[in-house]
Amino acid sequence: MIPLSWYLTLSAALFSIGMFGVLARKNAVAILLGIELMLNAVNINLVSFWRYNNPVLMDGQVFAIIVFAVAAAEVAVGLALVISIYRRRNTVVADEIDLMKW
Amino acid sequence: MNIDFILFLVLALAAIATALGMLLSRNAVYSALFLVLNFAVVAVFYLLLGAPFIAMAQVTVYAGAIMVLFLFVIMLLGADELAPGKALPWQRPLAATLAVVLVIEAAYLLLARGAPSGLVTPPTEYTNSTESLREMALALFGQYLLPFEITSILLLVAMVGAIVLAKQEKGGRR
Repeated sequence: MIPLSWYLTLSAALFSIGMFGVLARKNAVAILLGIELMLNAVNINLVSFWRYNNPVLMDGQVFAIIVFAVAAAEVAVGLALVISIYRRRNTVVADEIDLMKW
Repeated sequence: MNIDFILFLVLALAAIATALGMLLSRNAVYSALFLVLNFAVVAVFYLLLGAPFIAMAQVTVYAGAIMVLFLFVIMLLGADELAPGKALPWQRPLAATLAVVLVIEAAYLLLARGAPSGLVTPPTEYTNSTESLREMALALFGQYLLPFEITSILLLVAMVGAIVLAKQEKGGRR
């Protein structure tokens, strides 16, 4: 059986790649893609903890499903915001969306 | 070397490679397609962990619905090419440093210090998949009924919010 720490390390690596995407990309859609990758890494953590802790209780899988739903909601609202911003300011580059910057 | 380990290593390499491909491709459409591939690989990980329902939900919800939404928006906006240059000069190296530090820290904690205590070695036998699906449905609609309903309200609110945000304003101020 694969040790739990391998799964957690893989999840940490995916999370870090997603975080780099969020911090370094300029396209707002690409930033949302990075957030998706981070949520996915969290889901790997949840399912592997469920598997290695007590597979009889289904809590981990239930949480993973709730994370799916929250990710779907987040993407819908985020992409709607991107479309709205693009319509008003004609850009999706995050550096140029500085209306609230003082 | 067990077959499980070989499978895990190959899949882990595929997951990391597709994630890096998502990160490094300059075309946003390629980025999204690499992420679809990454989600498919992660679904195989869920199968490996004995969670077939999560794996199928991953394929349908993530790789299906969410990524189609992404591709739709990318093609709608025509923002498939990222304009190079004009970045903040310190932003990219700083982000790379932070991400590398985070992953090294996590790998050190997890690998050098071992798994957290209290987590016992798992039962080697997978539970029967239909039985585990039944157990999960009972948990979802029994013990976790209230969070489930709150999630459905959240989805409804997100749907209404997305429609309101993306709606074309008729003759209003622009």
